[in-house]
Amino acid sequence: MAADVHKKKSWEVPNGSLAPGDGQHTERSESPTPGLAQGTEPGMEHSSPRREARGGKSSSSCGLGPPQPCGRGRWAHSSPAGPAPTGCCGMGRGGRSPLHPSPSMGDTRTDAAWPVVPGAGQEGAMFVHTRSYEDLTSPEDGAAAARSPEERRGEPAEQSSMEQISKDFSELSTQLTGMALDLEEEMRPGKEGKLEPSPQTARRDSVLSGKEEEDVTMDAWRLHRKHVFVLSEAGKPVYSRYGSEEALSSTMGVMMALVSFLEAEKNAIRSIHADGYKVVFVRRSPLVLVAVARTRQSEQEIAHELLYIYYQILSLLTWTQLNHIFQQKQNYDLRRLLAGSERITDNLLDLMAHDPSFLMGAVRCLPLAASVRDAVSSSLQQAKAKSLVFSILLSGNQLVSLVRKKDQFLHPIDLHLLFNLISSSSSFREGEAWTPICLPKFNSSGFFHAHISYLEQEMDLCLLLVSTDREDFFTVSDCKRRFQERLRRRGVQHALQEALRTPFYSVAQVGIPDLRHFIYKSKSSGLFTSPEIEAPYVQEEEKERLLGLYQYLHSRAHNSSRPLKNIYFTGPRENLLAWVTNAFELYVCYSPLGTKAGAINAVNKLMKWIRKEEDRLFILTPQTY
Amino acid sequence: MAQTVTLGTSPEGPRPSYMYKVVLLGSMSVGKSSLAYRYVKSDFRELLPTVGCSFFTQILNLEEATVKFEIWDTAGQEKYQSVCHLYYRDAHAALLVYDIANKQTFSRAKLWLEELEKKFLPDEIVIALVGNKTDLAAEREVTTEEGEDFARTKGLLFMETSAKSNHQVNDLFMAIVQELLRREKEKASKPSPHGKVTVDLRASSTSTGCCRS
Ligand SMILES: Nc1nc2c(ncn2[C@@H]2O[C@H](COP(=O)(O)OP(=O)(O)OP(=O)(O)O)[C@@H](O)[C@H]2O)c(=O)[nH]1
Ligand SMILES: [Mg+2]
Repeated sequence: MAADVHKKKSWEVPNGSLAPGDGQHTERSESPTPGLAQGTEPGMEHSSPRREARGGKSSSSCGLGPPQPCGRGRWAHSSPAGPAPTGCCGMGRGGRSPLHPSPSMGDTRTDAAWPVVPGAGQEGAMFVHTRSYEDLTSPEDGAAAARSPEERRGEPAEQSSMEQISKDFSELSTQLTGMALDLEEEMRPGKEGKLEPSPQTARRDSVLSGKEEEDVTMDAWRLHRKHVFVLSEAGKPVYSRYGSEEALSSTMGVMMALVSFLEAEKNAIRSIHADGYKVVFVRRSPLVLVAVARTRQSEQEIAHELLYIYYQILSLLTWTQLNHIFQQKQNYDLRRLLAGSERITDNLLDLMAHDPSFLMGAVRCLPLAASVRDAVSSSLQQAKAKSLVFSILLSGNQLVSLVRKKDQFLHPIDLHLLFNLISSSSSFREGEAWTPICLPKFNSSGFFHAHISYLEQEMDLCLLLVSTDREDFFTVSDCKRRFQERLRRRGVQHALQEALRTPFYSVAQVGIPDLRHFIYKSKSSGLFTSPEIEAPYVQEEEKERLLGLYQYLHSRAHNSSRPLKNIYFTGPRENLLAWVTNAFELYVCYSPLGTKAGAINAVNKLMKWIRKEEDRLFILTPQTY
Repeated sequence: MAQTVTLGTSPEGPRPSYMYKVVLLGSMSVGKSSLAYRYVKSDFRELLPTVGCSFFTQILNLEEATVKFEIWDTAGQEKYQSVCHLYYRDAHAALLVYDIANKQTFSRAKLWLEELEKKFLPDEIVIALVGNKTDLAAEREVTTEEGEDFARTKGLLFMETSAKSNHQVNDLFMAIVQELLRREKEKASKPSPHGKVTVDLRASSTSTGCCRS
């Protein structure tokens, strides 16, 4: 690990993105939860009664007030009587079951289904779709203005090569769908030929990893909803979600051919839509990430997930080291360095399929009485040390408290990566861990050292102390002790334990009969709240389907060329509403029996409820050391 | 290491107290964490690969002394190799662990020895070569003699263990503490420039979590 630059203060690194990206520190530190920062709009934080009561400046009027359906744009809606879209991707093909997604994404869409969304099908009949990587995710990356799809269309190189691409692709898709038996044969020797695993790669074979090696020639392998591959630019396999990279080398070869063929600029995103699959390529030199998905996600969302995988790899190696390695040796086998971390990537992919945090780009808090949370935060704040940058207390994938160094901001993506690291390794339950970790959105060139431990054996409370000094183990370890002592002295341990017993709330608490579920995100804080997913979304597929619906709404609301502020969507199984303002995003799921008027009415009630509960559901008074 | 090393007496009486830093090194999956877990928690369970390093403490009340072990269980993954020196620096004892059913891990243990020999003088550190997973006798790739011979030529302690079936794990740590205490006596009989490493246990109860006293 050549790139251990912990000594350098991260915030002095010229391109280190401290408060990720856009230099709005001042606005952030005034926001209700400045510990986390997202692409905030200056002055757009929601006005919380509590802040006003505490003498904070009353922020802009655009807040949690009653929604005005016509205020910010028209509600896009489909009439229940019309050719209603029945699911995420059922656009323009009424009656298709949401569980059986449209296989052809290249369909020309009839605008009739979305009267207020003309031109919604901007993907048109395109098979190859280039999108500048920049308009994807974070403020840092999103700084570059999104180009309209028209501008991107028809780059000559692609047009002329269309035939070749379809040919290559059909080759790839048959490999994945198992139509081409001869290819299957071709793959076999790779599997049977006795591989001499290096001690590093042996791990996956010799250890119960919870994920048995899959035979890539088996049907099951092809049926996975989303394959993810990472390769180096030289075409060496780095990671494969299912099955061993060795056995997949022929598939990887095809992909590499495709990538180099499609490749025009670095950091571009390309995708191919065909035959019920979307193949999305993200190139972030020196790596290429590929997803082959049968999900109904948009290409942007899939690319977003691939970026998470990329950041996940950076968090283990740093950008500096990754680049250094490949500069030294172009065909380096990165699996050596990533050996033992596959499960962390596996876990991240699973998490992204279930947890809306990633879609929202925000963090969920453990519901906790404000007085208890304040006591926890103060205890954490008092247990400080010079080298500490962040002290984070979490439970499952929910945040309990976060204390940061003044002027240092943690990006939700970095926090998600920390959540994922912890949830994918039970080894933190024993002893105290002390490990180098890179927070790529904070500073992708260096390592912090993180002290990770659970507070009590039986309690799901994990404490993460992020330090700039790798020599500081004992000091940081002592911070933990002091924190626990303060918690005890303040006598909040019992209340905390109680709260951990019910880490989720039921939507029934809101008291709106037709309301099934919702996600509310406060943009300025980078926090969101959402009740437990309950009936009828009991089964795993149903849960994923609901998340898929939200994904769809989200992608409609954030469509770079035609963003929608308000969406109302009726389907046979549920009605949905999305409302996106500069201050917040709200996604609501209702029973299919209600009306649009009723839905809007319910939003009023829901917003009032959230406001009433906000000091329990959010962190309104974040602390700095 | 910012450790308060003071001269003190143990609460139980005039017995001397010592603090020793012990580090576990070796390839991935050889069972370093399992050995530490077996020793500290008297149990075995499926553990996931260590991330970075895990720290445990263990207090031993022996007839002749009270010993506090600070155990640094390092990750075998290659990406953490470059930070390993942080973890073994100033160690009093090192366990070089290999898996008797995997010859490559034995070679790796030898490489670890070379690295340690560069960083420590022979009398600065007690090194034990540990062949783990003796319960996998059928898959054995490194014979006991091989391990023994290598340890003898290099002047290392040697032990074969099984964290899973609790074979000689306690004995391993006892052998280490005995060797450390023997060297302690040796040093005391000879006038030494360094003095004794003792620690006031009451003052350094900083890392409780996993102490068993
Ligand atoms: N049969 C057998 N298996 C063992 C023994 N000790 C450990 N294992 C298994 O070997 C695997 C690796 O054990 P760990 O203790 O995690 O190995 P480690 O050396 O700490 O691995 P890293 O933290 O990745 O460096 C686990 O599946 C253990 O259950 C043993 O004595 N016998
Ligand atoms: Mg381990």
